[in-house]
Amino acid sequence: MLQVTDLHASVVDADEEILKGLSLSIGAGEVHAIMGPNGSGKSTFANVLLGRPDYVVNSGVVTFEDEDILELFPDQRALRGMFLAFQYPAEIPGVRPWQFLKAALDARREYAGEKPLSVRDFSKLFDDKVEAVGIDPDLVKRSLNEGFSGGEKKRNEMLQLEMLEPRLAILDETDSGLDVDALRIVAEGVNSLRSPDRSFLIVTHYQRLLNYIKPDVVHILVDGRIVETGGPELAMTVENSGYEQYIKAAVAD
Amino acid sequence: MTLAAATGEKYAADFKALTELRPVSDWVSKLRQSGWDHFDSIGFPTARRGNELWKYTNLAALDQGQFGFQFDESDAVEPDVLRERAPWSDDWSTLVFIDGRYSESLSQVSSGDGVQVRNLSDVANSESLRTNLGTHAAVDENAFSALNTAFLVDGGFVQIADNREDTSPIHFLFVTTPGGSWAIYPRTLVVSGINSRSTVIESYISLGDEGGFTAPVAEYVLNSGAGIEHYRVLVENEETFHIGTTRVYQLDNSTFTSTSFALGPKIGRNDVHVLLDAPGAECTLNGLYLTTGDQHMDNHISTTHAKPHGTSHQFYKGVLSGNSRAVFSGRVLVEKDAQKTQAFQKDLNLVLSHGAEIDTKPSLEIYADDVQCAHGATAGHTDSEALFYMQARGIDEVTAQAMLMRGFASEITDMIRVDGLQDYVHGVVEEVIPRLQAAAD
Ligand SMILES: Nc1ncnc2c1ncn2[C@@H]1O[C@H](COP(=O)(O)OP(=O)(O)OP(=O)(O)O)[C@@H](O)[C@H]1O
Ligand SMILES: [Mg+2]
Repeated sequence: MLQVTDLHASVVDADEEILKGLSLSIGAGEVHAIMGPNGSGKSTFANVLLGRPDYVVNSGVVTFEDEDILELFPDQRALRGMFLAFQYPAEIPGVRPWQFLKAALDARREYAGEKPLSVRDFSKLFDDKVEAVGIDPDLVKRSLNEGFSGGEKKRNEMLQLEMLEPRLAILDETDSGLDVDALRIVAEGVNSLRSPDRSFLIVTHYQRLLNYIKPDVVHILVDGRIVETGGPELAMTVENSGYEQYIKAAVAD
Repeated sequence: MTLAAATGEKYAADFKALTELRPVSDWVSKLRQSGWDHFDSIGFPTARRGNELWKYTNLAALDQGQFGFQFDESDAVEPDVLRERAPWSDDWSTLVFIDGRYSESLSQVSSGDGVQVRNLSDVANSESLRTNLGTHAAVDENAFSALNTAFLVDGGFVQIADNREDTSPIHFLFVTTPGGSWAIYPRTLVVSGINSRSTVIESYISLGDEGGFTAPVAEYVLNSGAGIEHYRVLVENEETFHIGTTRVYQLDNSTFTSTSFALGPKIGRNDVHVLLDAPGAECTLNGLYLTTGDQHMDNHISTTHAKPHGTSHQFYKGVLSGNSRAVFSGRVLVEKDAQKTQAFQKDLNLVLSHGAEIDTKPSLEIYADDVQCAHGATAGHTDSEALFYMQARGIDEVTAQAMLMRGFASEITDMIRVDGLQDYVHGVVEEVIPRLQAAAD
């Protein structure tokens, strides 16, 4: 589903690279986790996958369902089924969650050649999902993410994930800053969406989430590269002994 | 000074013709004359005269005598056109003015008990009119209030009786028609009785593309405990000069809540001054301005707290594109006696192009020591983080940017509590967004 080969990227107008030859491959239906120290480039990678204009790709190839996506605009990538639950969701003043998601879902359905949902059907779906992810219904009457607490923002990302049903969902530390109930909601959300033609890339610092969502593959990202790839047990190793050995190895390279 | 002499000619000829037209009450003719004398002595303001207030507003074109007074009353507008192009509801009392002149046939007035809605010139004997007209917007306010007063013929007059609460919205609709280039002098006076409540809309709409000169003067008088919900809608074309003067006079515990919406005409100025002249008065001035092309929109908003326990808010927002320019010059003056004043000022701008320029100057001048005041201003481009967030959900850039603009504007437009009016303004915003986007970079 996603194939990343020797990806190099940096911040626009900056010399130093953040991603320094990152490669990984995610098959359909697989759940991959990425772990790594602060500042190693996890969020940069997630954002580059969606085409955030703050970054430039210097070299490398990214294909999504066998299509080279690096020249596509972010919205074109999203319409093809890519989704990023942001580590720090932006606040969108004056735009209400309902209105925002309606526009997003309409765009996606139009791209898929389907008719937009009627206001009534959409509202029903929306209300159900709001309840499912445990968002206070008063909250969604406000501007999107504005004045939302950290946890509320994350729940809101889950709401969007569940509404938009992407092919590839990238979750950037969606578990950070969540209470146990919210954590369970995230895990249940992901698990209920797991299917043979939907894949996940989960960025996390904590083994805890991976107890709920069992990943097929775990990657360790250090200094802009994947330095180790393994099964779920890799997360346990990191939990117990940290990143020290990987950092040393990366420096020695 | 040759310019000033040329200025006089067209306006002087029109003024002379007007005075010869038909006799009016003595006090009206005196008031007019004082207006003319004042205008004649000062002329239009120019930057050259070192006039700080008009530093940015080039009015040279007004000197060329191309805009004349419309002596004929006209009703050459189809009622349906008004319904389609102007804010309109059959539930409102609407006084319609065509090219500055009152149209009885197009107006729709239900003067119920205790609410008087009349064309000024039909009530020249009214004591209230006589005491208040020109008292709050005096002829020496500026050249435009002087000129407006010199050409005092038609206008809206509203008198709300004490304790009258359930009035339907009152609408003064000033439209200009295609085919003419008129100088129009809309005039309104609203006197609201003790503890009364009313909603008043002023709207200025061009039906054609020709340039014009609109110089409105509006006076609002709020007696003890009175409340006025006020709206001002400026949707004139890009060739029009619109220089408006609004003066509000508030007594104790009265509340004036105003929302202004302005598309940039060629040169627009919204000059508002509110005087809180008794304890406990409250005033909220909200505004939204949208400018593009070479438009210039100047918001000159000032509030004076003369007495204690007053509250005032100024909250303006602007979206600027193309090579347009806007000014927010907001002033709050808290006089020595005005203890326990609360005053807040804010001007936020979304600047979509490099050619556009906002000059925002909120200012607080405080002479009392026990007050709570705050002000702020910002000018920024479209939030790129917000834009990416929306794109990452599949919303294309143009749609996302439009949603952000709509969201930005809605903070003001959502404050419009008259349904038909809110729909109208939302409709205009929708029409303008693509024009603003087309001129963005
Ligand atoms: N837009 C940017 N401008 C400047 N520097 C940036 C930008 N984005 C990322 N960086 C830098 O790139 C490096 C990687 O950042 P990134 O956010 O990808 O790390 P991360 O692995 O997600 O860290 P964390 O675990 O703290 O979320 C950091 O040194 C960061 O400061
Ligand atoms: Mg991160």
